Parts: sequence; C-alpha cells; structure tokens
Amino acid sequence: MRLKDNDILHYALRNRKLRIGLAIIAFFMLVMLAGPLFARWEARERAGLYPSAPPNSTNWMGTTKMKEDIFSQFIFGTQSTFLIGFLAGCIGTTIGLSIGFFAGYVGGWFDELLMMLTNILLVIPSIALLIILAAYLPYRGVQIQSVIIGCTAWPWVARAVRSQTLSLKQRGFVSLARISGVSPLRIIFEDIAPNMLSYVVMVFILQFGGAILYAVALDFIGLGPTRGISLGLMMQEAFQNNALQVGYWWWFIPSGLSITLIVSGLFFLNTGLDEVFNPKLRDQ
Amino acid sequence: MLQVEGLSKTYNKSSRARVRAVNNVSFSVEKGQIVSLIGESGSGKSTIGNMVLQLTKPSSGRILFGNQDITRQRSRSSLKEYYRKVQGVFQDPFSTFNPIFRVDRVFAILHREFFPNEAAEAWQQRVEAALLSVGLTPAAVCGAYCHQLSGGQLQRILIARALLLEAELLVADEIISMLDASTRIDVLNLLGEMRERGLSMMFVTHDLSLGYYISDRVIILYKGVMVESGNTQTVFSDPQHPYSRSLLEAVPRLDVRWDELPPRPASRHEAAMFNPDCDKGSPRMEQIGEDHWIAVRDCLPGTEL
Amino acid sequence: MSVEVENLKFYYRTRKGSVKALDDVSFSIADGEILGIAGESGCGKSTLSNGLIHVCPPMELAGGSVRLDGKNLPLDKPDEMNTYRFRNLSIIPQYALNAMNPTVKIGRYVQDLMQSRGIDYSAIEKLFADRLRFVRLPEGIQKRYPIELSGGMKQRVVMVISTLLNPSLLLCDEITSALDVSTQKVVSALVAAFRDEKIVKSVSFVTHDVPVLYQIADRILIMYAGQVAEAGPTEEIIHAAKHPYTQALVAAMPEMASTYRQKKHASIPGKPPALLDPPEGCRFKERCPYRMPCCDERPQKRLVGNGHEVYCWKEDL
Repeated sequence: MRLKDNDILHYALRNRKLRIGLAIIAFFMLVMLAGPLFARWEARERAGLYPSAPPNSTNWMGTTKMKEDIFSQFIFGTQSTFLIGFLAGCIGTTIGLSIGFFAGYVGGWFDELLMMLTNILLVIPSIALLIILAAYLPYRGVQIQSVIIGCTAWPWVARAVRSQTLSLKQRGFVSLARISGVSPLRIIFEDIAPNMLSYVVMVFILQFGGAILYAVALDFIGLGPTRGISLGLMMQEAFQNNALQVGYWWWFIPSGLSITLIVSGLFFLNTGLDEVFNPKLRDQ
Repeated sequence: MLQVEGLSKTYNKSSRARVRAVNNVSFSVEKGQIVSLIGESGSGKSTIGNMVLQLTKPSSGRILFGNQDITRQRSRSSLKEYYRKVQGVFQDPFSTFNPIFRVDRVFAILHREFFPNEAAEAWQQRVEAALLSVGLTPAAVCGAYCHQLSGGQLQRILIARALLLEAELLVADEIISMLDASTRIDVLNLLGEMRERGLSMMFVTHDLSLGYYISDRVIILYKGVMVESGNTQTVFSDPQHPYSRSLLEAVPRLDVRWDELPPRPASRHEAAMFNPDCDKGSPRMEQIGEDHWIAVRDCLPGTEL
Repeated sequence: MSVEVENLKFYYRTRKGSVKALDDVSFSIADGEILGIAGESGCGKSTLSNGLIHVCPPMELAGGSVRLDGKNLPLDKPDEMNTYRFRNLSIIPQYALNAMNPTVKIGRYVQDLMQSRGIDYSAIEKLFADRLRFVRLPEGIQKRYPIELSGGMKQRVVMVISTLLNPSLLLCDEITSALDVSTQKVVSALVAAFRDEKIVKSVSFVTHDVPVLYQIADRILIMYAGQVAEAGPTEEIIHAAKHPYTQALVAAMPEMASTYRQKKHASIPGKPPALLDPPEGCRFKERCPYRMPCCDERPQKRLVGNGHEVYCWKEDL
C-alpha cells in the first residue's frame, strides 16, 4: 500500500499520542526481548537467600516470599503477557474479521444467522463465560488462556467490520469487480479488506489490550495459568501474601505499573493512529 | 438485442410497507442504438440499470439478452459469459476505482478473469490500443492512482475497459453527472463515437438535455413507471404525458427563458392517461404515433384490478 | 451598488504552500441585481461564497476588501462578522438539505437560532409563517421534523430561514445542483421572487450550471482558476461572449437545441492549472486557441460594452 503523498507518514511522525504509545510499547518489547539476557534465574526458581528481600545488588527487584527473583519474574511475566495479548488478539481479530466480512458481503439469511450468533455471544457476560471455561479445564497454560479469551472477544469486531463492509459494498469499485467476474472471496480480500487496513490495525491493537486486561482479571481471581508466570499472576501472588498491607512494595509495583503502562501505551497508540488515519481528528 | 419484459423491483421497507422501485417496465435496445432512461430521483432508472447488469435481482419480469432470459441463469460461468457482452460504467468515477490501487488494475483484472491465456505483451498492446481509441495517452494514465486523474479520464478508462471485452451493450449510469462542463461533453461525444462502432447503450440520466443530445430513443420514468417512450425527436418535440411535459418545461435552456416558453397545445390523450401518483395497478403502453408510446390505464377508473 | 468586491484574495494554507483559490477578484452587484457566478470545479466560486460568510482555517484572507451598503466588512475578524452575518448578508449553503438538526422541530430550530443571535422569536414568528406561505409550503411546517420533508421542501425552509432578517446580500452556493429538474426550477424562481419582493437587495448565485443562470441572472460573472475571466449582462455572456474561455464553456453545454448527430459540441482540451503554483499571466493560456506572447502577462480589465468586462489580451474582441 502506498502512502498518499506521505501525508499519513507525515502526520504519524508528528502525532504526540502515537509517539508516546510507541515509546511505551517499544520499551516493553525491549524488556521482553533483551531481558532474558539479564535474568539469572527461572521465574519459579529459588533465587535469593532471604524471602521478601527488598531490591539489592543480587536481586535487582527484590524477592518474593518464596525467595523467587522478582526481576526474572517481571521479564518472563512480560513475555507471557505479550504472548497472551498477541495470540488472543490474533484469534479475536481473525474470527471477528471473517464473520464481519462474510455477513456484510453475502447478506441475506447468512448475515442474519451470523449476526444472531454474534448478538448471543455479545450479551453473555464474557468474564462469566471465561470463568466457567477456565474452571473446567484441568490444565491451563498461557496458550489455552489466549484461545479462551480470543474466542470470546470477537463479537464486537464482527459487528463493526460488518457495518464497514456494508458501506464499502455500496462503493463503485465493488460493482466494477462484480461485473468483471471477480469471485466474492477475491472481492472481499482484494477490494474490501485493503480499504479497511487502518481499521483492522486499530481493531487488533484494541483486542491486544483487551486480552491483556482479561488475562490479568482471570489471573487475579485465581484462574490464570497453572504453571508459568505472568504479570497478572505476580499481582495475584503479591496480593494473596498481603504484600500491600505489609509494605512489600517491590512485589506488586513492577507488575501493577507495567500492566497499567502497557494498556495505556496501547490506548495511546490506538487514539494516535485514529487521528493519523482520520483527517477530521487531526489538530492543526 | 436486449429485451426487458415486465420488469419490477419491490423492496420490503418493513413487514407492511413495500416500495415499488420499478413497476412493470418493458423496453428493448437494438444494436448500435443509444436508449436513454430519463427520470428524477426515485424514478427507478438506476435500479433498472443495476438489474440489467445483474447487480440487483429483479422481483419479477424477464431480461432477455440474445433471446436468453438472464434472470434465470445465475451460475458464475454464465454470469461471466454475460459480462463479456454487457458492461457498465457508473456515476462516481472516483469511487469506481479502488483508491489504494493503480488505475490499470482494472485491466489486469480483465486479463486474469477473461483472457488468462493471452500473453502479457499482446494484452498490453491491446490495452494501449483501447486507451488510444478513447483519446487517452497510455503513458499518462497507466501507473497513476485515481486521485491523480480527472473524472473524465477515469470514465474514459472504463469505456476502454468495455472496448477490450468487445462488449455489445454498455450500461452508462449517470456517467456524466459528476464531471465538469468542459469534460462532460467530451465523454458524451465519445459515447457517440462508440455507437458508430456498433456498441449499444443504455444511458441512464436525470438530465434531459444530455438524453436529447445523445440518444436515439428515450424512456421517461416516474416513480418506477414508464410514462412515455419513443424516438427522441418525437418525444421531445411532442410530449404527451403531463409528467414529460412538465419535466421538459423545467429544463433550463440557453435559447428560451422559462417564462417565455411558447404554450403547447393540449395533450390529445388526457382521458386515458395513467397517473403514477394515484392510479393503482400497472399501466399499459399504448402506441400513439410512429415509435411514440404513452402509459394508459390498464382498466377504466373505478374498476378494481 | 450594494456590494463592491475589490482585489479579493482567499488562500488555503496547506503543508506545501498557499493554494490561491481566489486570487485578486473584483466585481460589484447593483441593488436589485442577481449576479450569476459560473465556472468549473476549482475555479474559486464556492470559496468566494464561503469566504464572504466565514473565513476560517485553513482558508485565510490574503488581501482585498468587500463593501456592503457602503460599509467595509471585517472579513478577517470572525467575531465582528457575527453581527453582519444573517442580518446583512446570508448564505444558502450547498448542502442545505442536511443543514438542519434532525431531532429538532423546525419552529424550535428557528427559535434557538434567533435566540443565539439575540433576537426575540415572538416578534418574527408571524413573519416566519408568512414567509413559509410565500414559498408555498403547507401550513404547520414549524411543527414538523426536517426528515418529514422532501428535499425540495427542506431547501425552501432553509431559504426562508436564511432570508428571514431581510439581508442585503444573499449568497446562493450551488443550491440547485443536488435537485431534480422540476425542483430546480421552483427553487431558482423563488430566489428571483425574493429579490422581486425586496426581501433581499442583491443576490450572488453560484453554480456550475450555466443554463440555470441564463434563466434567472441579470448579469453573469465567469470565473476560471481563481480569477475573473469575463463579466457582463446575461444575454451578452451567453450569446455574445468575448473571452475564449466563456465561448468554449457555453459552446460545451448541451442545451436542447441540437443533437450529437446534428451538430457535435466541441469540448475544451486540457485541464485547469494547479492553484498551488499557478502560471504567470493569463491562467487560461495553456488551453487557449488564441495564445499570444503577451498572454504571459496578466491581462487587464477591458470594457467592451455597457458593464461588460473582459480579462483578455485578444485585440478583436
């Protein structure tokens, strides 16, 4: 795709929200990728000499009550949290896009059927569904958690994409493709989808952030991964061990702060992109 | 060549309200003829165009092309066969081209869909020849994006596209209305040249002066109903249906002012005339002169259908 | 003269520089006159109407002045313009059909509008009803919502609202372009009626549709690429135009007098120059069949008849 006279790039580089969002996400990407080089222990390994030690030269972020190294937990937790966001975001966006595209383009009873399904899922409180699903699974890993979240997060994407498809379908180039004998599948993926690229990117970012929050919520009520670590699990363990009350600030601040930062970073990224793609929102 | 028989399209607005966008329309287009469908908004003229292009499914009636009812065959292969012969150009040139691709993509698609066996070079030569014949310089338009070209150039590209397929019928749906005064006459003249090459056309327009300039026959539509049809000269010089008359009187001209128009003699067929505003049922076209038809009531007033 | 426009310039500020959408335009409108302003898209005709009503970024006033009833309009001061807008000059916008809030009844809408201008609605309520009757709208329109009206009815309601305070100058910006032929006739005839009834003193009627201007305008101003090409009495502009552009433009109009088979209309080859960096001199020179060396210099205004001005170097006009 070509950038129209580089206008989009021009505004993208100058948009403050986008820059803040990118900086935050880039920072956590760095933590995720370069962090393991500095992490000297596994997340669940006994690392320190003392339990609940404040930050010191050996354990840079201190230790937990179980003598685990919080810095290592933070690195690997960030990794798995991003993994959940990415996987669940991909799943949710893909399902939502496909259902939205087909419902919108094909129309008729097919559309009504798909939208009925979507609406049913939309009214079921997804956190309740997540709890039930998560509780029934004997073993829960990061991947399973992503699949559960992804499979429940798509309905609003489907609805939004459907309405966009409905409006794009009215455009002349779709009619032209039809009288050129192009197959419906090709029309959807070659003509309609590319025109929604900016929208798809934003949907993905929102799904990414939403999935992270859902995962944290699940972790926090004790339905997180049964093994491994995540930022949500770190918070939950800190909370269960009364870290807040006893003043073990080094236990809950890294995880709590990073979750907040990641989600707000994604939010900034999203509104920034919205302003870049939508000229009406650009300020002078 | 193209025969439309009793074509209707009804939209269900809600479970009770139904809108008859097109009501029992019949006409034909002969080879090398430009037939104008003229009407104001809500006349159903574009819906008829879309039905002929098989973009909209008719509620009832038949569309015969080469004696085959195309409303009955909707398999992809027969549709493709149909689109080799019947093509369209639409109102807004800037929306007919996908803004994120180069304009020559429309030719690449034709190559892929209709002439997959033709060598790339031979195809490119044919594209260039087609562009030249619609008055475009191939180098100036190939590789451009639609916002870099003018509306007139874009419409010409679409006409070149129909030429490449060697289409026999072109449905031109308001293709002039978004163009500027200096380019619209260009495109209109191009349609005239295409007619000389044997291309037939359905020219859909709201602008009577354009219909008068270019077409051989006209069909005047009002609320989905044909009210008057026939030879362009005959209909424009001696309109009989009150609606066609009021429409013609409203056209701004460059030679006479509205209040200086000479009064027309009273219509000769007032009593039997079909009035789309209040008459129920379907009208019937009755011949009142050599190739001149008006809509008359299907039944006497007072009797229910 | 109720309106005198002198050397007016409206530029659009963009990243790449100023787009000279309206570049040094002068004209005047007499009392009781309908001036038709015609040209193709991008000639500056809509910029002119919008700029007279409200100069707002990215548009800026780059020079010139406008006198209305002998008073200079403070075009560069939007707040001061507020006192003139609606009272002294008013616009019927291009997209009038969508101008009204769909959730507010028409009477209420006008009441709110008057209040925001500090005018007592009860004092003009009767006038409003009279005017609605004047444009032949059925009784009780005030109690209806905009969506209950057809396009032509909405257009008439907007016309009544715009002219409620008897402005001296009424700007009509492409008001007939989105309408059907029969409504087009009604609406343009109403504009003339507003003038005849002295509800408005003078009218600037902007359109790309030259035949409509032939029907109602007293004088026509032809614009090309942000500048005036020719201005004069309607009859002369349509049937005895002097500027090569006007001649070509009028000749390109299909006008129900001849058909393609009888007489093919000629078009104007080429396209208008980009206004970001317009060429020196006459802006039509690239497309002009009579191009001369002196066309590289900007043509001066020449009077060729009573109130007939041409901006062209050609000698035998």
